[in-house]
Amino acid sequence: MDTQQLIKQTVTENPVVLYMKGSAQFPQCGFSSRAVQLIKACGVNKFVTVDVLADPLVRQGIKDYANWPTIPQLYVKGEFIGGSDILAEMYQNGELQTLLQEFAV
Amino acid sequence: MSDTVALMEQRLATLSPLHLQISDDSALHAGHAGARAGGGHYRLSITCKQFGGLSRLARHRLVYQALGDLMQNRIHALAIDALAPDES
Repeated sequence: MDTQQLIKQTVTENPVVLYMKGSAQFPQCGFSSRAVQLIKACGVNKFVTVDVLADPLVRQGIKDYANWPTIPQLYVKGEFIGGSDILAEMYQNGELQTLLQEFAV
Repeated sequence: MSDTVALMEQRLATLSPLHLQISDDSALHAGHAGARAGGGHYRLSITCKQFGGLSRLARHRLVYQALGDLMQNRIHALAIDALAPDES
């Protein structure tokens, strides 16, 4: 399977996926760390993270997939939502909480 | 790295911004792995007429598009605050 297919499968088979640097427990970048915190702040504790540092093909592939040059990237039900600035803005005005409501515990 | 800010200003001029402020935060990230690869950390606040009615995604995409290849080499991380004139 090529990288684009792999990414498509990952984001469609899992409702909430964060492509990031490091893991949710040990983020390797301040922006990735902020994205994890924002998702958790919406009450979502179970979500898939993909560490792009583990695979150079995925690291480049995810930028091509969304036509978005930076990481982290959040996908909900297969749809690209944004990077950490966008998540922060959405959290501030309550949109992120609404979007993630059904996945909150 | 300050010439990167000048290059960013040049590229972003194509969006005819009403307001543009770029700060170089690279020094704050000097120790971290990504910074060693050479790209800097920047923060930009930009106000453009054409952002009116556009989603955040679309606004950020316009900014990334204008910056072009700078995103691949000179810029490691970029925080963007993209506003329409009536929001600033």
